[in-house]
Amino acid sequence: MTSAASAGAPVDGILATATIVLSLVLALWSLVAAVRHRAPDRLQFVGLAVLEVALLALAVVALVALGGGERPGEPGAFFGYLVTLVCLPPLAWVLAKMEPTRWGSAIVCAVCLVLPVVVVRLQQTWEVAGG
Amino acid sequence: MADTGTSAPTTNSGPGRLLIAVYILFAIAATSRAALQLATRFDEAPVAYLLSALAALIYIVAAVGLARAGHAGRRVALACCSVELVGVLGVGVLSLADPELFPDETVWSGFGSGYGYIPLVLPVLGLLWLWRTRHTTR
Repeated sequence: MTSAASAGAPVDGILATATIVLSLVLALWSLVAAVRHRAPDRLQFVGLAVLEVALLALAVVALVALGGGERPGEPGAFFGYLVTLVCLPPLAWVLAKMEPTRWGSAIVCAVCLVLPVVVVRLQQTWEVAGG
Repeated sequence: MADTGTSAPTTNSGPGRLLIAVYILFAIAATSRAALQLATRFDEAPVAYLLSALAALIYIVAAVGLARAGHAGRRVALACCSVELVGVLGVGVLSLADPELFPDETVWSGFGSGYGYIPLVLPVLGLLWLWRTRHTTR
């Protein structure tokens, strides 16, 4: 509790870390599937769904912080990244559904590798001025 | 298991779909970056920001071209990948030779180093993919 308060940025907590870890695990899992010539399996889609829920929760946390008067360092970039972020799992989902081959798994892998980068950028755009 | 491999692929299936996915990701990245730069600080580096916008447009059109497949789609994708390759090489060289020219980052500065050099690899993969699927127009 205390650490969350001292960190300051609402997008810095355990939730953001969880999305990064989950995304990387999912990337690894789908990479294995792609290498083994496997189409996206149920677990990948469940993983994408869980990831999306976590990202939406992260977005809500950020919006609540905004409602409470906190401001990101670069508002424009922050909202850009936030909107992009919540769109990524659905994008992977739709494309993976369209491609029921190993390449569908490769798509899930690619998106799940990009996602942590966007989360980190999101955190950076919050911190610029606030820190 | 559903990986056929024997039937001739179109530009919008199999590996092509992965390519389209990456193009979409870059279209989003470049578009939002350009939009933000043009909207908030156009005066600082108009050349760099207009270039970002051009890159964004090319990524979008390339993704659409690959996704549409067919003759016209392939033409469009071929043009986009070529312009992209020339762009990333040209801007890469220029940004190293004369950093003054690009005071702010673009997608293509330093051969796309800010984006893990994927902007450099992407058009090459696109051209290779177009070459591999050259006998299938639908």
